[in-house]
Amino acid sequence: MSQALEVKQLTKTYSNGKEALQGVDLSVPEGSFFALLGPNGAGKSSLINILADTVKPSSGEVTFLGHDLFTERRWCKQRLGVVPQEIAFDPFFNPRDILKIMSGMFGVKPDLKWIDELLERLELSEHAHKNARMLSGGMRRRLLVAQALVHRPKVVILDEPTAGVDVELRKRLWGFMRELNANGTTILLTTHYLEEAEELCDHVAIIDQGKLLTSQSMKGLLDTVGSSALALEYTKPISEQSLLSLAEFSPRLDGNKVLLCLKKDDSGQNNFNAAYQTAISVLGEAKSVSIQDEDLEDVFLRLTNERKT
Amino acid sequence: MRETRRFLNVNMQTIVAPALTAVMYLIVFRYAMGDREVPGLDVAYFDFLIPGLVMMAMLQNAFANTSSSIMVGKLMNVQIFLMMAPLSALEITLAFLAAAVTRAMIVAVVLLLILAPFTNIHIEHLWMILFYGVAGSIIMGGLGLIGGMWAKTFDDMALLNNFIIMPLTFLSGVFYSVKQLPEAWQTANHFNPFFYLIDGFRHGFLNVGDTDPSQAIIVVSFATLSTIFACWYLWRSGWKLKE
Repeated sequence: MSQALEVKQLTKTYSNGKEALQGVDLSVPEGSFFALLGPNGAGKSSLINILADTVKPSSGEVTFLGHDLFTERRWCKQRLGVVPQEIAFDPFFNPRDILKIMSGMFGVKPDLKWIDELLERLELSEHAHKNARMLSGGMRRRLLVAQALVHRPKVVILDEPTAGVDVELRKRLWGFMRELNANGTTILLTTHYLEEAEELCDHVAIIDQGKLLTSQSMKGLLDTVGSSALALEYTKPISEQSLLSLAEFSPRLDGNKVLLCLKKDDSGQNNFNAAYQTAISVLGEAKSVSIQDEDLEDVFLRLTNERKT
Repeated sequence: MRETRRFLNVNMQTIVAPALTAVMYLIVFRYAMGDREVPGLDVAYFDFLIPGLVMMAMLQNAFANTSSSIMVGKLMNVQIFLMMAPLSALEITLAFLAAAVTRAMIVAVVLLLILAPFTNIHIEHLWMILFYGVAGSIIMGGLGLIGGMWAKTFDDMALLNNFIIMPLTFLSGVFYSVKQLPEAWQTANHFNPFFYLIDGFRHGFLNVGDTDPSQAIIVVSFATLSTIFACWYLWRSGWKLKE
C-alpha cells in the first residue's frame, strides 16, 4: 500500500530549548483511518503543526503522497486539510462567506453545492449567515472542520476535533468522517477519547516525549502488545513504592486496584501464577482478584508509563 | 481579497473616521491661518495643506490596514489559515499590500470629494499623484506588515505607531514647506522617505514642490521595492510567526 505520509527523523527544538520532537519516524498508509495518540505535551501538535506549515521543523523529511512536503508545499497543501486544535475563527465574516473565502485561498472555485452540504452535514446551516463571533464553541469547531474540507483534500488531519463537542454531535461528526474515509480520504486524528480511537481507527501510533513508541494496525497493537491484566483489588491504599518490587509485571495503580500485565511465554503459557504469587507476597491477600482484557486505554497507559520508569 | 472585504465590513472605523480626522485638521488650520500664503511658494496655505493631509491619511490607513489585520490575525489565531493555504510568500505579501493600497485609495478619494468644494486645487499631474499615492501606500502597508509580525501585543503596536510612524509623517512637510525650515532640518528631511512621498504627491496637485522630482522618484521607487522585498523575505522565512 502506498503511503499518504512518510515522516523521517523529524525533529523540532523550540527557541526556548524544548525538544518537542526527537527524531520521529511515522508512516500513514493511504486510505487509512489513523490515530495519533500521546499524552499532553508528547509532541502531537508540534508534528501536526509542522505538517500544516504553521511551525518550521528543525530537521527531518516528510513525503506527502509521494511528494516532498517541504519543497513542493503548494502541491501538497492543495491536497491537505487540517483542523487545528485551537479554535480560530475569522471575526469579520459569517460561516458561509468564510467557506467561500477559504475556497479561494485554496485556489478552487467556491463549490456552493459542496459548501452547503458541508454546512448541512456539520449542522451549521441555520447559522450560515450569522457572524462567526456569534457562534458557540462547538459550532466554531465544526466550522473549522468545514474549512478543512472545503477544497476536498485527499488527506485530512484533525487535531482533537471533538474536544468540547457533546456526545451526540461527536457521533455524527465521526459518522461523517467515516463516510469520507470510505470514499478514499486518508484521515489522521489525535484525540483524548481513546475508546473513540479504538472504535474508529484502523491504524494507531503512540508518541511520548517527542519519540514514537509504537505504530501499527489497531488490531495488531491490541493483539500483540495488548494482553490481559491481573487486577487485584485491595481495601487499603497501595503506595507507589510497594509496586517497585513488582516491576517485572509493569504494575499500574487504578485507585485501590493494582493491575499487573500478563504475558505469554513461548509455550503459550501465561505468567499468571508468578504474578499472583509475587503480588500476594508483597502486598498481602487481595479483597478480590480478576482478569481484564486490555483495551486501547490500558495499552496506552502502560506504554506511556513504562517510558517514565 | 479577504483583506479588502475585511476593512469594508468595518467601514465606519476604516473610512469615515480618517476622513473626519482630516476634515477637522482642515477646519482648524483654515481658521488659524486664514488666507495666508506659504512663504517661498506662490500657493495659498489652505491649498498647500490639503494634498499633504490626504497623503498623510493614506499613509496612516495603509499602515493601519496591514498592521491591525496581522495583529487581529495573531490574537484570534486566524493567521494559521493563511499559513496553511497553498499560497506563496509573494502572493500573500502582494495581497496584503494590495489591500492596503485599496484602502488608502478609497480614503483618498473620499477625502478629496469632501474637500473639493472648499479649495481651488486641481489635478496637475495625475501620474505623480498615482505614483506617490500607490508607492506610499505600499511602503506604509509593508511597514505595517512587518510591524504586525514583529509586535507581540497591541502595546508594541502603539509604540511603533506613536514613536516612529507619527513623528515621521508629521515632520515630513504636511503642515509646512521645508523651505521654511533652518538649513540643518532641510537636510535632515531629505533622509525621511515620507517627505518625498508627501512632497511628490502635492506636486501632482500644485505643480510646485520642494524636491527635485527625478531624485524623489528614485528614492521612492527604491524604498517601495525594498519594502516589498523585505515583506516577502520575512514572510517566507516565517519570522516570528512560525517560531
